[in-house]
Amino acid sequence: MEIENQSETHSMMNTDLDLNAEQFLSFYLAGEEYGVDILRVQEIKCWENATEVPNSPDYLKGVINLRGTIVPVIDMRQRFGIEAIEYTKTTVVIVLKVEDADRERTVGFIVDAVSDVYTIESELLRAPPETGDSIDLGFVKGLTSINEKMVVLLDIDHLLDEEKISESQNLH
Amino acid sequence: MSIDMSQFHQVFFEESFEGLDIMETGLMDLDLGAANDEEINTIFRAAHSIKGGAGTFGFTDISSFTHVMETLLDEMRDGCREVTREAVDLLLASIDCLREMLSAVDAGDEIDQVRKDSLQKDLESLLANGSGDSKPQSVQQTVESSKDETTSQGIWKITFAPHPNLFKTGNDPVRIFRELKTLGVLTSIVDISKLPSYFELDPEESYLTWEMKLDSECSEAEIDEVFAWVDEECELTISKLTEQVIIDDSPEEEITVVATEEKTEIEKQDSVKPVVARKKTNKKAGSENSSIRVGIDKIDALINMVGELVITQSMLSQISENFVESDLEKLRDGIDELERNTRELQENVMQIRMLPISFSFNRFPRLVRDMASKLGKNIELKMSGEQTELDKTVMEKIGDPLVHLVRNSLDHGIEMPDVRKAAGKPEVGTLQLNAYHEGGNIVIEIVDDGAGLNKERILSKARENGLVGEDEILPDEKIHELIFAPGFSTAAEVSDVSGRGVSMDVVMRNIRDLGGVVEIKSEEGKGSTFTIRLPLTLAILDGQLIRVGDHVYIIPLVSIVESLQVESENCNSLAGKAELYKLREEYISIIRLHKAFNITPDSTELTKGLLVVAESEGQKVGIFVDDLLAQQQVVIKSLETNYQKVDGISGATILGDGTVAMILDMTGLVHLSRNNPVAISNSQSLITEEAVA
Repeated sequence: MEIENQSETHSMMNTDLDLNAEQFLSFYLAGEEYGVDILRVQEIKCWENATEVPNSPDYLKGVINLRGTIVPVIDMRQRFGIEAIEYTKTTVVIVLKVEDADRERTVGFIVDAVSDVYTIESELLRAPPETGDSIDLGFVKGLTSINEKMVVLLDIDHLLDEEKISESQNLH
Repeated sequence: MSIDMSQFHQVFFEESFEGLDIMETGLMDLDLGAANDEEINTIFRAAHSIKGGAGTFGFTDISSFTHVMETLLDEMRDGCREVTREAVDLLLASIDCLREMLSAVDAGDEIDQVRKDSLQKDLESLLANGSGDSKPQSVQQTVESSKDETTSQGIWKITFAPHPNLFKTGNDPVRIFRELKTLGVLTSIVDISKLPSYFELDPEESYLTWEMKLDSECSEAEIDEVFAWVDEECELTISKLTEQVIIDDSPEEEITVVATEEKTEIEKQDSVKPVVARKKTNKKAGSENSSIRVGIDKIDALINMVGELVITQSMLSQISENFVESDLEKLRDGIDELERNTRELQENVMQIRMLPISFSFNRFPRLVRDMASKLGKNIELKMSGEQTELDKTVMEKIGDPLVHLVRNSLDHGIEMPDVRKAAGKPEVGTLQLNAYHEGGNIVIEIVDDGAGLNKERILSKARENGLVGEDEILPDEKIHELIFAPGFSTAAEVSDVSGRGVSMDVVMRNIRDLGGVVEIKSEEGKGSTFTIRLPLTLAILDGQLIRVGDHVYIIPLVSIVESLQVESENCNSLAGKAELYKLREEYISIIRLHKAFNITPDSTELTKGLLVVAESEGQKVGIFVDDLLAQQQVVIKSLETNYQKVDGISGATILGDGTVAMILDMTGLVHLSRNNPVAISNSQSLITEEAVA
């Protein structure tokens, strides 16, 4: 279940590597497909119980032991204000490297299931539509269509901005 | 191919600081008048390597300054100069200056030229004066040779870009070149890229720039003089190519010139890069990203142990492959061995972080010497246990508190010579620094034979400040501890050494932050002893595992006083809110962990759980938990690396089953329960709900 080696993932993909193309790992969340930059993916783990952190926000499920380092795990559904579900067999934790202004952190994100790896040329990336001032889509990098279906590409560095999330939570 | 020299800068700085420490210690140990050759040699060598390094990296200010120091030391070494107090003082001051220069360069700041120049002048004048005895001849020689070196044969690189209106001021570059030629061999390359076409050319304007190489023994000032008249009308840079460039003294001059040119190109690129690189390292410096030197024997020991571990591991996997019941004994042995190997490995890895406390103690001879002469006191410093090892991080953090305590003892503790004489004590006061291991702790003692703490004065001062009530009677230890209260100073006058009442409470806080304690023993007229007890390392602590509901937490064993079963008749509540427990003659406040952390316990009834009495900031609190589990050593992991600081939690650890458990921070927990935002917001929402209903 664990994909630890990124180069392995690369070699499995037999696409022509275009300089303008980026690879994304996609996952499902409440029926929608989302993508994150594959180079940020550290590994994909099965869900295991996390230790709760006292007085932390709901979406922080706790911290886990990732080979000796303490890594926080965030429930993506709760993060986006989507109703939480019981974790299933396909529920996984995608461990990502997140870059803040001054440091690099390792954070796990709980998603419904992993889906695929896409190579997307940058011209096929569309900016998110204007939704007015009420929604800040700072954590959305762009939209693209794969087989006529919309895939939302996330900017994971902005995924942890407190305000943006709370705003999106207020929407639901 | 260019090598990015900036990657070695950090190593150079670290080595240089070490070198300076060696020089300082060496100088402190020197016997005035009768110095040991070997001692001077050590100091000389340290100075020499700093000079060499600085030269290699192009820190010319540092290398030229060190050079003068080195010359002085060289004369001492050759025995043609006596080791005078004056010279040692000057050298010590120079070491301070060098240290500042190095840190300035390291941080990418400007160095303090004024201070450097004045010190350099002092050193040079001391050199020029000669030793006034035995062999003035050789002194003269060294001075001369030193001059030779600083202005020695070299290639100067001059870029000369006159402004367009140069000719209008009546200057002619040709004359300048003629003048330069008298100084040495001149080669020049003219840049005509700015030259316009013939029809656009204004004959009265200058369009050319020159790049020149001057092979000459002259000094920069001499070249400067040549350009003195055109100073305002041109862009001029004069720089000396590094020494390595001109090693080749071959007759084919053209080749040399070409070679140097390439190097200048490289140098140009390099000179840009280091600045960028330095800025990057600057950011890091805040996060204590220093390196550590490890003896090769320690590394070898580790490799041996890892080897054993690998053998044990392969033995175990062999047993498990075709496991039959009769192998059970073998398996047990194997696991025992694994355990022993792991423990040994852990201890040895910890050892790597351990450094002898002499790294911290070494600054004190100098400090005591300087302060004694400033205060006019006679003080002898005695140190013992310098080889006692402790964790590098602990050592770095204990440095400043120690300095404060030593200063305090020197300033307030030890009396002036005449006072001491009148009190029938030897005129020379003694200050002792002792370090030793005791259990899992390191103990550092600062002992002085001075006046001791004046209880009366401390008490009256404390009453004045309202720290102690008018009629309160305190035991001696409590009175002594008052000196650690914020803003407390009994010094009759504030001196520039100490007495502002800032340091002592900071000392206390720093030591507590490290998980340590300070004890004071003092007898009036006889002296005082400050005893600091610190954990050997910050990486591991002894913890008590406790359980609340499904959650396991760890309380540091050092802060636990006792654990007890709650008896309902001892429970009291204050104003219906705060809960108090009568522990013998004391009332302590109860912190319900489940409330502070918003979790579900087995039971909220005090009598069904246990109370862990812990000490935080000198105050006892009772922590209400469901159950006590095992006691064990835990490795502290940071929560902040990937998450953030959590109130009431000092870190996390990984338990035997691979799960994460939080380590409680007593001080934070007390603050948290005092103004628990969760509890407040909950009660508020209750009120509003009631109001609505």
